[in-house]
Amino acid sequence: MSKELKTSGKYLLSARADKFFLSLYQVYRFLLLFFKEALLPPYEWKEVIRQCYNVGYKSLPLISLTGFITGIVFTKQSRPSLAEFGATSWLPSLIAIAIIRALAPLVTALIAAGKVGSNMGAELGSMRVTEQIDAMEVSATNPFKFLVVTRIQATTLMIPILMMYTAFVGLIGSYLNIHANELTSFKAFFQSAFVTITFRDFFISSLKALVYGFTIGATGCFQGYYATQGTQGVGRAANWAVVVSMFLIFVEEITIVQIFNSIRTG
Amino acid sequence: MIKQPVHIDESDVVIRLRSLEKSFGNLHVLRGIDLDVHKGENVVVLGRSGTGKSVLIKIISGLLKADAGEVWVLGEDMNAINPKSLRALRLKIGFSFQNSALYDSMTIKENLEFPLVRNKKHLTRKEINLAVEKVLDDVGLLQTLRQMPAELSGGQRKRVGIARTLILQPEIMLYDEPTAGLDPITSTDINNLINEVQQQYGTSSIIITHDLTCAKTTGDRIAMMVEGRFIQQGSFETIFESNDPTVTSFYQYNFINGDETNQK
Repeated sequence: MSKELKTSGKYLLSARADKFFLSLYQVYRFLLLFFKEALLPPYEWKEVIRQCYNVGYKSLPLISLTGFITGIVFTKQSRPSLAEFGATSWLPSLIAIAIIRALAPLVTALIAAGKVGSNMGAELGSMRVTEQIDAMEVSATNPFKFLVVTRIQATTLMIPILMMYTAFVGLIGSYLNIHANELTSFKAFFQSAFVTITFRDFFISSLKALVYGFTIGATGCFQGYYATQGTQGVGRAANWAVVVSMFLIFVEEITIVQIFNSIRTG
Repeated sequence: MIKQPVHIDESDVVIRLRSLEKSFGNLHVLRGIDLDVHKGENVVVLGRSGTGKSVLIKIISGLLKADAGEVWVLGEDMNAINPKSLRALRLKIGFSFQNSALYDSMTIKENLEFPLVRNKKHLTRKEINLAVEKVLDDVGLLQTLRQMPAELSGGQRKRVGIARTLILQPEIMLYDEPTAGLDPITSTDINNLINEVQQQYGTSSIIITHDLTCAKTTGDRIAMMVEGRFIQQGSFETIFESNDPTVTSFYQYNFINGDETNQK
């Protein structure tokens, strides 16, 4: 249809609007193909494990540092306000709620979007413009299944695990700061922290991380797999992989929180 | 030196193209291509850049779909082939890309074993290693086994690219600009390798090039392409003797660009 429109020089709405709707259609077809290839055998388990290693293990140093600093900084920033009311004993609970319900999924997803998403966009984009994807196809390998499906599966699996890890490291950071100021013991800190946290909180956070993981993988792979126009296209794919996935993560965050708050209050 | 044509059985056609057309938007790239490639034959498609040569072999390999016309490869109709048959057919087609298209993140060994591991699952690790070493030895690069593609020169990358396609022992080889960007000595090595592949593996090949030396030394038959059409087909001498102004201007272009061996 796009070819007919281009060759006839006519547009259904306008050039930009048509381009936008065609992009949406391309995303729809990409997702449809993903689910088809993910569900139908053969399955690329070896490659999924390799990608899990890339996404999960190789992100650990950055995630550790970010989670740890987030825990310390959030504790330091919250202490003066609670101290005004003589409620510093509530610090562990407050920090645990903030980290487990909101900060851990969001921080993990944003870090992963920057590190993993851009990497996928650039790697697949580079493979596309240097004909490596075509080379894979002519050697009777399904490049979509091997490159795209495995990467999306890996991010969907690994981001929830990384999220749990971020929460743990964030709480350790918070504990060290509280221990240094209030001399709270490790046991007392964690007992107090988990008073207000329920299984429901973990479930919602894991669900959010699962959605973010899928979003990061799908966006990075979509941008890279359909990259065009040489090295400029590779740069654009990496850039858009980050920008679009960060935007979608915030939209998803507010949507999921809204849905579960409605369920809670309703 | 002009290549001595090999004996061809003209009844045994491995690739047949009829009235092939392909456009990209307003750009009409292929405008009615007719071509037969016989078993064991090297056909050179000669022409300037941007005339649709690469599009032609991408259609033959199933990477692109033709807009109109017939494409028959090893008896399969590429316009009606199902994904399973296409996958089986691709095991019989080797495609050597212009920029080699080696997988950057893999070593040379991993690059070469990739098609085998994916498609010949019954092979043992020892058989795979032997096949990799043999094919790499055939292209004279056994010492590069553990290296990464980025560590190789342009000519070495081309050789490894050809080795990767040979590992599945294809019946058809498609070479996209095999000597582009290479110095004359390395180009001669690649041209010799193309002929060795034809003799050792018994392949039928289409060689896309704008390099007259490559055409002269590797082609059993030359098809001269201008603006998406074949304007002449025949032996190198037949094309070389042509008085067609488009053909002669192509020779002059090659001569001006330093290929003195092709002086008319």
